[in-house]
Amino acid sequence: MALEFSPETLKQFEATLARYPRKEAAMLPVLYLAQREFGHLGAEAIEYVARLMEQSPARVHGVVSFYTMYNMKPIGRHHIQVCRTLSCALGGAERITGLIKKKLGIEPGQTTADGRFTLSEVECLASCGTAPMMQINDGYYENLTEEKVTAILDSLK
Amino acid sequence: MTMEKLLLRNIGVTDSHTLAVYQSRGGYHSWEKVVRNMKPAELIEEVKASGLRGRGGAGFPTGMKWSFVPKDSPKPKYLVCNADESEPGTFKDRLLIEQDPHAIIEGTLIAAYAIQSHTAFIYIRGELVAGAKILERTVEEACQARFIGKNIFGSSYNLDVIVHRGAGAYICGEETALLSSLEGGRGWPKVKPPFPATHGLFGCPTVVNNVETLAALPWIIERGAAAYAAMGTEKSKGTKLFSVSGHISRPGVYELEMGYPLKKFLEKDCGGVPNGRKLKGVIPGGGSMPVLRPEEIEKVNLDYESVQAAGSMLGSGGVIVMDETTCMVRAASNLARFYAHESCGQCSPCREGCHWMEKIFHRIELGEGQTGDLDLILNISGNIMGNTICPFGDAAAMPAAAFIKKFRDEFEAHIAEKRCTVSTQ
Repeated sequence: MALEFSPETLKQFEATLARYPRKEAAMLPVLYLAQREFGHLGAEAIEYVARLMEQSPARVHGVVSFYTMYNMKPIGRHHIQVCRTLSCALGGAERITGLIKKKLGIEPGQTTADGRFTLSEVECLASCGTAPMMQINDGYYENLTEEKVTAILDSLK
Repeated sequence: MTMEKLLLRNIGVTDSHTLAVYQSRGGYHSWEKVVRNMKPAELIEEVKASGLRGRGGAGFPTGMKWSFVPKDSPKPKYLVCNADESEPGTFKDRLLIEQDPHAIIEGTLIAAYAIQSHTAFIYIRGELVAGAKILERTVEEACQARFIGKNIFGSSYNLDVIVHRGAGAYICGEETALLSSLEGGRGWPKVKPPFPATHGLFGCPTVVNNVETLAALPWIIERGAAAYAAMGTEKSKGTKLFSVSGHISRPGVYELEMGYPLKKFLEKDCGGVPNGRKLKGVIPGGGSMPVLRPEEIEKVNLDYESVQAAGSMLGSGGVIVMDETTCMVRAASNLARFYAHESCGQCSPCREGCHWMEKIFHRIELGEGQTGDLDLILNISGNIMGNTICPFGDAAAMPAAAFIKKFRDEFEAHIAEKRCTVSTQ
């Protein structure tokens, strides 16, 4: 069955379009809706959004692949993103990533076999004064220590 | 630092993010004054007279930027608040978004009125999900109070504000890239001229102002341009936020009067380098700006001209402090990777050059550097500088060259000894 939005998401789609002076400007928020609905933005999702937005799949693919927050492949329930840019690096980001790698048995870019966690290293998240830090899904976790990271990972099911 | 706080005046106040608290502290009086008593041209003149300059990094005079918007254009005009804070070492806008969002909204309204825009966007970086929710709620509160909407304060002026989330791309902080992104495309910078003031969003006249710039406006309108211009230096007026991170005792966001001595700031206000260690280098204006050695900051004041005279730039005010244990090869390699990752890929010198610089820095870091590598990086850096359509190329090239020029011995030692000669970590 081809991918499509649920009636509820379709309503949100219409409401999103109504907020913008031009339809194409709603591309980023519509892609967020699609990602939430379909889990990731694979070829089918991209084609569906292209139809909705009256644009070519190639153009939508171009947009999706440009931004780091659109996932073109499935990811785990908890997407751990450790900041690795200079201030976090000075604050020990590598130790934090090392601990997570060891604890989860995966490398950055990989997902645990049970689909619980995906680990990524990302660039500056504007949280340099509270380094090291990471983002998990929508939330920021700052002033990280090894104990804190262990407790956070253990709390996520 | 006993100066009056302009930008941080509501920070730390309980529930400072709510409309009730913001209004109890004088919030939206400036907006009312503008709509009821000021013509757009008067407002532009007032902000010009204040000397306010863009706080996103470029430092362009704000009133002047507004004045470039044609008054007789039949096209719609747009005001965009740039909340895409992504410059390494910078986290000041985030503080305002989380704790004083109504000041940002009030500033956005004032700027929109100045250019007679009826649609304003707030472009916030996608990762700040919490911040976007706060801004959405803030806009909703301001709509309910009828500060936003139709016939504001009984006038004929209408304004709509839309909070728009980015999706993860440093380049979208560059104003033309931001506009491409807001048009629903890849965040690709556009060739200037034409400038956004005449050909911006959807080809319409557009002004993009940084969060901190906009948040300064309510105070300027309330107290007058002269009061703002009385602070700071001859060319850098008012106050500015500084984000301090790295090897420093008290990291955080500070508001300083322009012209404040950098050394005093780091030692007294921020508590200096911790653990009894010595300072090795300071990046004064965010990751895109050249690093300064300790002896170079002796006489530097935190204003646009003084930092520039010392060979760097004030930029976003992102101050990154590095102590004596820092390996400058690793620091340079880290930033080179950042720019390689974030290059949008349009201009060949940047798209290729950033990756070349990253590779070479990285191999030096790993102890695999070759004779001639340093001059090769300087050559690549020189070929990127000025040869791209947006300032990103320079932002990648300048720090790379500065690290090598200022810490050349350390780079040479890494190449000669084929290992890190500094880091104990």
